[in-house]
Amino acid sequence: MPEIQTSEQLASAYEQYKQLLSTRLGTVVDDNTRMILVCGGTGCHASESEKIVENFQALIKKNGLEGKVFCSISGCFGFCEKGPIVKVFPDNVFYVQVKPEDASEIFEQHMLNGHKVKRLLYEDPILKEKMETAEDISFYKLQQRIALRNCGLINPEKIEEYIASGGYQSLAKVITQMSPQQVIEEMIASGLRGRGGAGFSTGKKWEFASKYASEEKFVICNADEGDPGAFMDRSIMEGDSHSVIEGMMIAGYAIGAQQGYVYIRAEYPLAVKRLEIAIRQARAMGLLGKNILGTGFNFDIAIRLGAGAFVCGEETALIHSLQGLRGEPATKPPFPAESGLWAKPTIVNNVETLANVPVIFQRGAEWFNSIGTKTSKGTKVFALAGKVNNVGLVEVPMGTTLREIIYDIGGGIKDGAEFKAAQTGGPSGGCIPRQYLDTPIDYESLQSIGSMMGSGGMIIMSDHDCMVNIARFYMEFIVEESCGRCVPCRIGNKRMLEILTNITEGRGTEEDLDELRSLSETIIDTSLCGLGQTAPNPVLSTLKYFFDEYEAHVKEKRCPAGVCQKLMHYKILPEKCIGCTSCARGCPVNCISGTVKQVHAIDQSKCIKCGACMTRCKFGAVVRE
Amino acid sequence: MTYTPNHSPCVEQNHPQFKELDQYIESLHLSPDDPRRKDTLIMTLHRAQEIFGYLPEIVQLHIAKKYSISHAEVSGVISFYNFFTTTPKGKIQVNVCLGTACYVNGANKVLQEFEQVLGIKSGQVTADGKFSIESLRCVGACGLAPVVTINHKVYGKVKPGDVREILEKFFIEEDKDVKEVSHA
Repeated sequence: MPEIQTSEQLASAYEQYKQLLSTRLGTVVDDNTRMILVCGGTGCHASESEKIVENFQALIKKNGLEGKVFCSISGCFGFCEKGPIVKVFPDNVFYVQVKPEDASEIFEQHMLNGHKVKRLLYEDPILKEKMETAEDISFYKLQQRIALRNCGLINPEKIEEYIASGGYQSLAKVITQMSPQQVIEEMIASGLRGRGGAGFSTGKKWEFASKYASEEKFVICNADEGDPGAFMDRSIMEGDSHSVIEGMMIAGYAIGAQQGYVYIRAEYPLAVKRLEIAIRQARAMGLLGKNILGTGFNFDIAIRLGAGAFVCGEETALIHSLQGLRGEPATKPPFPAESGLWAKPTIVNNVETLANVPVIFQRGAEWFNSIGTKTSKGTKVFALAGKVNNVGLVEVPMGTTLREIIYDIGGGIKDGAEFKAAQTGGPSGGCIPRQYLDTPIDYESLQSIGSMMGSGGMIIMSDHDCMVNIARFYMEFIVEESCGRCVPCRIGNKRMLEILTNITEGRGTEEDLDELRSLSETIIDTSLCGLGQTAPNPVLSTLKYFFDEYEAHVKEKRCPAGVCQKLMHYKILPEKCIGCTSCARGCPVNCISGTVKQVHAIDQSKCIKCGACMTRCKFGAVVRE
Repeated sequence: MTYTPNHSPCVEQNHPQFKELDQYIESLHLSPDDPRRKDTLIMTLHRAQEIFGYLPEIVQLHIAKKYSISHAEVSGVISFYNFFTTTPKGKIQVNVCLGTACYVNGANKVLQEFEQVLGIKSGQVTADGKFSIESLRCVGACGLAPVVTINHKVYGKVKPGDVREILEKFFIEEDKDVKEVSHA
């Protein structure tokens, strides 16, 4: 790997490497050259995508097609529901749910004979037609990929391919042609706001940190993606780690920092590995380290692992954890921009925020500012999961509606069920009901309907989900993750969980509902950090939009969605029971009485609600209510 | 906690596991006067847990000495983070993801089934030390929900009915292929 010491050398490296992507970008069309990209994200990786690459490579060798047909891993294509994904360039053919043994069929049919393997193409669930290219698939039609621009395009383990995609050009432009002040002005003009949750202006944050004079400053990349159900930061780091590194370096130049840290969850071993590779490669090329591109700018990055504490996503707690302490938050002010890591000016930016930075300098703040809504610029990546047909990562311009995300991109609700709510913002967010499906999403609109952007997790719930139970689920999470430093969060949330558990187990009273509200207000007003201040949100939003479900649990001791086990009853319908004894034989606690050809009955006092009787009955005589 | 030498992998200080840990710590070039030396403490604890499988008191004391900090500081950090454990895990570690996406797709029923089949609760180890169950928060493979990982291998779209089949292999394989691994 030759060292790159000037921006001219970087430009010539780009010229040298750009042919690496020509088949993929369709800039050179050569009938015989094919590029096979196999998704190497966590999901597809778990489904043996590496084996697929191995099989293709063996086939290329066997057929003597080296130099004509290439196969490599790539970052996440986002369409995790249908993984493992294999994409063939330049024809842009998109194969889904590929198994290692399918490689030979794709190779023989497609590479050797030019026929697409119909069986492995994506079938549109509505049109019932096979879609040949990625562009035809509804999942991709409404997306605009900025932060995810390189995911599913380049091999994340090769810095040459990042450079070929125009990588590190923004860094070169920034450190050779712009002053730190100009960089900050450009960032402010772009309107980029933090993608980690709170949505604070990134440019402003940099400006604050730049104003404090200090010999030492730090840039921290917050990669502690703790929201359950959110995986956009993981995908960016796995698929395009260099863009995060480049973003951090630009931030470092702007505020006058020479050292960066990536604080990453230990639960993401693949992302850690890719990041380590990227840092090593950037150092080897001289793009990280001393005197970068001959400008005298020094910057290096170290990786620090988290250890499974949700609260460490909060910046002051994260900083404590980086210092080797318990990850407890501190009161603000002083903000980290003034006194952060080792009491030096520090900025903490989220992964997705940083991945947007190089593009802003490549295409201009004005371009970035033209995307999105009045207050929220650019795009947002959402991790769409739960009861939706197309689980995956979607990147859409701010202002896209929930309906477009769930129905047009997400392909609607699983198993033909009805949409009930979309949960955004993780344990700090809320549940958005059906009546707000057409709200254009941005930071402000989500807040006004009782939820928040958060890091971008979006869990779809159907009429088979009990909203009281979901509120209890999040509260359980919060209680486990509360660091215990301040009383309202430590004790208040615990009381909330007890009340919610009582309600889901049939011991709730109407007073409990008032108690939940008043506890929520106290916790929000008096907690120390963001975790506590937002912890009651899931409860408040479900109380607001799904009060009838709470009432049914409390007044009628009934769970309308049929989820809360303690509130369920199994009953045998006398008119349907023919007395076959199957249910009684299958009951693990022998609580069903009745002899052959007699109507059977369930002893409710003994029933453990396992549902075995219902599964066994062939006549639909056992019902759950 | 009580330390019983017979059950611990670390009988002596010159045990190969300690040597491996010391090698790592030496590569950090800790200086007792550096007020920032603790910034690698969590990384070291990760490494130690990888080597020993858990963090018994003797390992904690060893690390405290190397960092010139008190045992209480090390122990305080360990108890704060979910990832660290002071009790040994099973040789086969079953981790059931209870992130939201997995939860709404029935992960709690999968967890219950593992608990029933293995006869232990989440957080416990079977009497023979072979299996342990943990629940974890989101491995980020939500497209495969519900997700279970067993020693680093990921099982996706697991139904309660699949649990026995998944475990069967581990019952049969006995210990021959199963390496002692740290918490995934």
